[in-house]
Amino acid sequence: MKLSKYFLLIVLTNISVLYDQIAPLQAQHDTHEMEHEGAAGHDDHGDLCAHVSHHDEEFDPAATAFHHIANLNVFSIGPWNFPLPCILYAPGHGLDFFSSGKFAFDFRGHGDGHKAYRGYVLDAGTVKRVVDPSFPLDHVEIGGFAHQGKDAYVCYDGQAYILENKSIIDGGLFGGGLTSFYDFSISKNVVAMLLIFGFLAWLFLGIARSYTRREGMAPKGVQSFMEPMFLFIQEEVAKPFLGDKWHKYQPFLMALFFFILGLNLFGQIPFFGGANVTGNLAFTMALALFTFFVTNLSGKKDYWTHVLWMPGVPAAIKAAIITPVEILGLFIKPFTLMLRLFANITAGHIVVLSFIGLIFIFGSSGQSVAGASLGAAVSIPLTIFMMAIELLVAFIQAFVFAILTASYIGAAIEEHH
Amino acid sequence: MIGSIAAIGMGLAVIGAGIGIGNIGAKAMEAIARQPEAVGDIRANMILMAALVEGAALIAIIIAYILPTVAA
Repeated sequence: MKLSKYFLLIVLTNISVLYDQIAPLQAQHDTHEMEHEGAAGHDDHGDLCAHVSHHDEEFDPAATAFHHIANLNVFSIGPWNFPLPCILYAPGHGLDFFSSGKFAFDFRGHGDGHKAYRGYVLDAGTVKRVVDPSFPLDHVEIGGFAHQGKDAYVCYDGQAYILENKSIIDGGLFGGGLTSFYDFSISKNVVAMLLIFGFLAWLFLGIARSYTRREGMAPKGVQSFMEPMFLFIQEEVAKPFLGDKWHKYQPFLMALFFFILGLNLFGQIPFFGGANVTGNLAFTMALALFTFFVTNLSGKKDYWTHVLWMPGVPAAIKAAIITPVEILGLFIKPFTLMLRLFANITAGHIVVLSFIGLIFIFGSSGQSVAGASLGAAVSIPLTIFMMAIELLVAFIQAFVFAILTASYIGAAIEEHH
Repeated sequence: MIGSIAAIGMGLAVIGAGIGIGNIGAKAMEAIARQPEAVGDIRANMILMAALVEGAALIAIIIAYILPTVAA
């Protein structure tokens, strides 16, 4: 419960920071085809740029909600945006390291950059790359952004250039997939993770010190505030599932619980970053992979016999049904862990954002003050109610992740009886 | 078209999860009423079971969500 806990926390943080960005090493995307497409793009879509100078578009609640739960390359506090470091790599183009302030985005606004740098632009807070080789690599002024269907375009010199998103390793399920560049930036989510990591390390190192200094005495200060939670993890999560080996896995469970809880709560603070870390599939995937490896690497002989060759069942049924299902189950367990946390947090945030969107829908995008007031009257109580529920969900999901991990590990280390 | 069918599937999955979680909640309340001293254990297991039921529904929802993007 001492050093190993902090070690695990550090590893958890670092791996999840990395995991957000990792893409398969082999990056042979067919850039030639993309270039052609881009070249064709800026001929066909030249007229796109005729009407992008000002943002008078209709309010789109879905797009707004997705923008606000996305991971961005700017950190916003209230209406103000702050630049973050960008670390970008494009095969054949090289590694770039610069501040997202180079994009000259508005201090108050939606995070649209006014300049392009090294062929990258900032569209609504997200770094995107211009694939067209005729686009200048210097620090140049750009005309604005245009969207048509799912494609985004940047306007420069009266012409529209198609933009590419960063590579995402979800296999393209959420519109990602391999593109021409990788984004290893210290993004908004990474900043949130580092903040929570620093806070937890500071808090727990202090508590650990006071446990050693005041051994056998009543807890004091913040220690007495946190002790019920420590005991809760120990008595309700670790001991019932892990039996007499609970001590070995307690640090892992505590790290999971407090890291998830901290990020859930941090993501709920309004107007401060709005970092939706636990609602990021890559982050929850990294956590679920930890559970997967800890479970299977600590699996005893009994566990593997039950997975691979269940005793007491006819061989034909074993080979045909039970073994394949059990092997699938090995992967489905962490997969559901990943989805559960992601979907719960993301759904909560989208509901809150939709309620806030009501103000703009009723107010016809800012044209009707009476409508907007009515919208606000409806949306504020609903938002407060939803955020109260989310507060509950933040605890429940952290608890559920820890308790399910404990039950999977418990099943793996169980001795024959 | 595929999107609409996927939305119907999503609704059906949520109905299933709703029935499941409703049953878990109802039975847990009954159990607590019968044996108030076991409230801690019952609550922990109730949340665990609800999470497991919810997991199946979430897989269905995610598939319903990504199917239109993949098929389109």
